Amino acid sequence: MSVYNQPRKRVIQFIFLGMVVLIMTRLFFLQIVEKKYSKLADANAVLRKVVYPSRGIIFDRKGRSILSNDIMYDLVVTPINVKNIDTAYMCQILNINKEEFRKRITASILKNGSRRVSVFAPLLSPEAFGKLQESMYMFQPGFELVPRQIRSYPFAAAANILGYIGEISPQMMQRPQYADYNQGDYLGMTGLERTYEEVLMGQRGIQYLVKDNLNRPQGPYEHGEFDTAAIAGKNLRLSLDVDLQVLGEHLMRNKIGSVVAIDPQTGGILSMVSAPTFDPNLLTGSFRARNFSRLFTDTTKPLFNRAIQAGYPPGSSMKPLTALIALDEGVITPSYGFPCFGAYTYCGRPIACTHHNPGHAANLRLAIANSCNAYFVHLYRLEVDAPKWGGVKKGHQKWHDYISSFGLGHRLGIDIPSESGGKAIDTAGMNKLYRGQWNSCSELYVGMGQGQVVATPLQMANAMCIIANHGSYYVPHFVSSIDNDNTHLLDKYKEKHVVAHVSDTSYRSVIYGMEDVVEKGTGMIARIDNIIVCGKTGTAENNAIVNGKLTKLKNHSVFVAFAPRDNPKIAIAVIVENAGFGATYAAPIASLMIEKYLNDTISLKRKPQMMKTLNDVTIDPVVREKSKLDSLNGASAKMTTEQILKLYFPNN
Amino acid sequence: MNRRQQLKLTEGIDWPIMGLYLALVFVGLLSIFAAEYREGDNIWNDIIHLNKNYSRQIMWLGVSAILATIIWLTDSKFFTATANLLYAGGILLLLLVIAIGKDVKGSHSWLVIGGFQFQPAELTKLCTNLALAKYLSSLETDFTKLRARLIAAALALIPCAIIILQDETGLALVYFSFFLVMYREGLPAVLLVIAFSGIVLVLSALLVDKNILFYIFTGITALVIYFMRRDIRRHRSKLALIVGIYAFCSVFVMFIVPFAFTKVLKDYQVKRINVMLGKENDPKATYNTRQSMIAIGSGGVIGKGYLKGTQTRYDFVPEQSTDFIFCTVGEDFGFLGSLIFIGLYVALLLRIIFVAERQRSTFSRVYAYGVASIIFFHMAINISMTIGLAPVIGIPLPLVSYGGSSLMTFTMLIFIMLRLDADRQMVLR
Repeated sequence: MSVYNQPRKRVIQFIFLGMVVLIMTRLFFLQIVEKKYSKLADANAVLRKVVYPSRGIIFDRKGRSILSNDIMYDLVVTPINVKNIDTAYMCQILNINKEEFRKRITASILKNGSRRVSVFAPLLSPEAFGKLQESMYMFQPGFELVPRQIRSYPFAAAANILGYIGEISPQMMQRPQYADYNQGDYLGMTGLERTYEEVLMGQRGIQYLVKDNLNRPQGPYEHGEFDTAAIAGKNLRLSLDVDLQVLGEHLMRNKIGSVVAIDPQTGGILSMVSAPTFDPNLLTGSFRARNFSRLFTDTTKPLFNRAIQAGYPPGSSMKPLTALIALDEGVITPSYGFPCFGAYTYCGRPIACTHHNPGHAANLRLAIANSCNAYFVHLYRLEVDAPKWGGVKKGHQKWHDYISSFGLGHRLGIDIPSESGGKAIDTAGMNKLYRGQWNSCSELYVGMGQGQVVATPLQMANAMCIIANHGSYYVPHFVSSIDNDNTHLLDKYKEKHVVAHVSDTSYRSVIYGMEDVVEKGTGMIARIDNIIVCGKTGTAENNAIVNGKLTKLKNHSVFVAFAPRDNPKIAIAVIVENAGFGATYAAPIASLMIEKYLNDTISLKRKPQMMKTLNDVTIDPVVREKSKLDSLNGASAKMTTEQILKLYFPNN
Repeated sequence: MNRRQQLKLTEGIDWPIMGLYLALVFVGLLSIFAAEYREGDNIWNDIIHLNKNYSRQIMWLGVSAILATIIWLTDSKFFTATANLLYAGGILLLLLVIAIGKDVKGSHSWLVIGGFQFQPAELTKLCTNLALAKYLSSLETDFTKLRARLIAAALALIPCAIIILQDETGLALVYFSFFLVMYREGLPAVLLVIAFSGIVLVLSALLVDKNILFYIFTGITALVIYFMRRDIRRHRSKLALIVGIYAFCSVFVMFIVPFAFTKVLKDYQVKRINVMLGKENDPKATYNTRQSMIAIGSGGVIGKGYLKGTQTRYDFVPEQSTDFIFCTVGEDFGFLGSLIFIGLYVALLLRIIFVAERQRSTFSRVYAYGVASIIFFHMAINISMTIGLAPVIGIPLPLVSYGGSSLMTFTMLIFIMLRLDADRQMVLR
């Protein structure tokens, strides 16, 4: 057989050698015949200049740019050319001492060699730039001013959503996904800047310029044959409405909390406020590092995006979901009533209800409108004790499955990083908490949104979308389109998620209940003329461990809503931390924002209410005392209430 | 340990291959070092803390040495006995990656174990080679039959398909090198010719307008029918064959290639191929190749000297420790250095063929040819892409590129072959 196959061995050897000869021929031409490659590599003959592309611009839903580019200048140095300059004067302009000057020169030589250009002082302040530009002739050719694009935020809003860019760290460069980045490159660190880095960054270009003996560029090398053009980053178009965003940030001033507004028909986020916020322009330009450390150490944590990172007990705003589960499981019908006389007493310690009059929970619609605690904790028990599950452990797991399908207890997948998943306890968690010994009474508070269930404001707003849409939602997201998109980043936001298969009639009874909340129930303050708002107030009890003891803190004020009732256009969740009743603080904010979004203006008769909201201070005086916020906060902190009101009621 | 035992331990080792292996690994380490080292780095500190590629590569070399020793001490019957089991294990591992793998640089082909990334697609080359050798050497296999050929092809193409699903097209292509082994074992030469024509067909379909190609095909077919008209009159079936080929080529050019380009391949892959063919000038795709060609081209005849290369040392060339490691050799040692370097590979490949042909068992011969084919494919494609002869598909240079998965796989491939070779007097099936 070997003998028969001898020629084949030869053929294989021939293939191997043939390929090698091909490679060697190519190498011969590349390395010996062609001279331009070696010249390109010679730093003394050809200048290699990196051309930075402009980063993509971010537009809001009406096409206004909310994140664009500005020019600032870097002072760069070529160490070998630094001769006979007035070091003292330069140090004075840059506000450094001679020691520092020498250190920077040495660092540049170590980093890039003495013939190559290194950044000496990045992002000069306007004053330093002005002085340097006048006297640049004194420092040339060793020093040059090089323009660099920085990010600018014309509306000074949406800081936590847009995010900021920063210099790549050595640790990040180790990771393979950043293989294309070089030291000194900027990239998105948080927010949309980070999620959409790959489309925003664009593509760096390279120019090869011929140099003369004095190191001055003389023109393109080989007619630009080796140049690569820089390609600008792609622009993002958001569903965000910047007017609504700014209004939200105004209304949330002097408060801690969050507002999330979503378009239920697309899942596009209209506004996301995390208060207190800051002016994003603080994190660009020459004072970036100082501002960052101040924001980072501030007691009110302005860099913490409460809308997606903070978990709150949803409180009564959870009740519509409890009702939907009960309806879907078939344990109640919309006409189901519960005899509540002011407390739920079937599980030992009574659970108080704010209403005493008989019949306030005679059917589902009334129970929602009056926010009857007894009714909903009882629904939870009916759900998990339903005979068809065969035991509370299976029943509770089923409840948990429903709650997850409503988007609670796990991350939704929004397009900015660091989203938190909240909490919704499942059977395994219950077993752990009660060491296996528990029944439907153990955590019945979850039926009214207290205890072992915690949601982010985003999750609460998304739950509103589900009710508004009669059982479906799109994953909430900011970016509605990318110009010249060829990625698949947005695919998952175009997919419709269908949850609980509750009949339309059942949805209607929940929705009518929520309509009554605003028309004649606990949330009347949120009424808007000619718009049917469906909402739910919530007053979330809030316990925290303070100095080792479980302490009851002031309630969070919660309001969730969507509007209009038919063909809904906005779903919203508002949380004001430690403020008190949901109706008092959260509901007016939600209502003003709904009115602004749907009518594009706020009616004059609501001016007093808006003034009150703007003047409300719910932030803890101790926290406020320690906070350096006043100097950092953006647009709204620098303005008086009157100035803000003037923006919305210009003629009065 | 006395002298006799020592003799026994290294008895039968093929020293030329061993020497070439060590030489390549050594050059690799030097190149990775050159790509990373900057004046003033504390080398010992970096080695101890494993914070540079070269220091990690030293660690992988240690692991590889242990693996090689274990393999050398294993009875060669072990490999024939477990070949199918290893293959099944390899396939499972590949499927596992699809389930729980991690995305790195747009390919979903990495497992993360205790902080280390591992690419099973590398390891399955070894499993496939063993399984193919096992199958072809089985007494029941009659490789002149179509059935056996299809099974052998399936053995090679199943892992290939799974790896394509992981978006690691480069490594998937490597599995086509097994057809070279099958050719050696009796796959008709006409298949190689067809494969070659296929490549020409694809290239022409990409480069020439499809309508013009269609006219060319029609013209050629008409001429062939005219010149073979006597033959055709005698054997009607020949006409059918010619028309069949004509129809296939036309459909292929008119529909299949455009379909593959718009529906099957990823955008970036299409782009790279177009750039390769000079049809498109994409900065991102050309950047890597261009920088790499500048680095290699600037090496000249004798190179700039070790650690003197400016292009590879100032991070102009991307991924210079892994896929573009040849740039360091080309820049620092020039044309002569590259000649010697590629010479090492040629010597290794020819020696492996020599070793393969002296085997008495089909298993060992097929296995050794498999090793040669895999190394050849990797080496040829990798170096070609650094000098602009092939599109940039990320496959490492065997034994030289930085990377634990790759180094360990090639070490195991070679040492199993050395073990089989040392036992060639034994009767293996």
